[in-house]
Amino acid sequence: MSNIHSAIETETQELQLTEIEQGIKIIPGVNALIAAFDKIVNWSRYSSLWPMTFGLACCGIEMMTTGSSHYDLDRFGIIFRGSPRQADCLIIAGTVTKKMAPIVRRVYDQMPEPRYVIAMGSCACTGNIYDTYSTVLGVDKFLPVDVFIPGCPPRPEAFMHGLIKLQEKIASENFKWSKWR
Amino acid sequence: MNPLSIAQTIQDKFPKEVKEIVEFRKQVSVIIQRDRAKEILAFLYFNKDFNFDYLVDLCGVDYMGQKKPRFEVVYNLFSMKHRHFFRVRVEVDEDTQDAPDNLSVDTVTDIWRGADWHERECFDLFGIRFKGHPDLRRILMPEDWEGYPLRKDYPLKSDLGDMEWQEYKDLIEFSEKAKQYEVR
Repeated sequence: MSNIHSAIETETQELQLTEIEQGIKIIPGVNALIAAFDKIVNWSRYSSLWPMTFGLACCGIEMMTTGSSHYDLDRFGIIFRGSPRQADCLIIAGTVTKKMAPIVRRVYDQMPEPRYVIAMGSCACTGNIYDTYSTVLGVDKFLPVDVFIPGCPPRPEAFMHGLIKLQEKIASENFKWSKWR
Repeated sequence: MNPLSIAQTIQDKFPKEVKEIVEFRKQVSVIIQRDRAKEILAFLYFNKDFNFDYLVDLCGVDYMGQKKPRFEVVYNLFSMKHRHFFRVRVEVDEDTQDAPDNLSVDTVTDIWRGADWHERECFDLFGIRFKGHPDLRRILMPEDWEGYPLRKDYPLKSDLGDMEWQEYKDLIEFSEKAKQYEVR
């Protein structure tokens, strides 16, 4: 407490706030930061993006490769979760058939907010060459997609680029944390 | 055994049923009529010289606009003992008003048990019914799907229009409604 008191005292005298990053200031002498709430919430969200373990076709194999130690998604804080209840990002990796579409939608509906969708690969983006009776032409027909990653399948680099794009998108959100939004 | 001589033996034994012997790149197949197809297949299975104990594949073909009868069921046979292949093609025609049971073949599941799922697939995608099959349901498509997708007169593109699967239509409708609750 005495620390805070002294901090307030110094503030009344002359408070030197150091800006450590844009919009984030540190109060010297105490372990405290001053920042917009958005910044903190968004920071915590994009640095622990937990996708759902959900591969549908060959893109799923590429997704697993990207998650493996060679490319290492853990360094972005991306850890695959086994349950939609614990996930906040759904990666549609592969061709979505009409038979599978209601199940994909159900997985999405089971996820708590905030939730994000990445359409990985040409099939999930547009249906690719499979313009046939059984295939959904683009997962955006029934899901709100945040990031589209083209490629057949996309290289791990491209996939990681997509994930970073999503992180950038999350970092730029405003007021996505209260009831009164 | 030489496949041509197998075909010849079948023709000698069932002269009425065998319509044609086709040879293409040393692969021989016989085109037979539907009614005694199972008998011929059982003959191929039980005959000591042939002993076709393995049904490699069973599939359907649609020859719409190319020949009559329209459909064919193709049996690819192999003998583990004698190591020879053979192909039997059974002709099936479309259902008509006077012959509503045209598009059906006797099942071979009691000869080769593995034909079970092949026949279900054939039924699923072509609508060919297999009489006596223990469990003739759709295997790949959803159970309430309408139409038989591998037929030549089935729409080719993803947009099926009015023929669209009901549950998929419901899903599109639902996601349109759910859009207003999305936090964007």
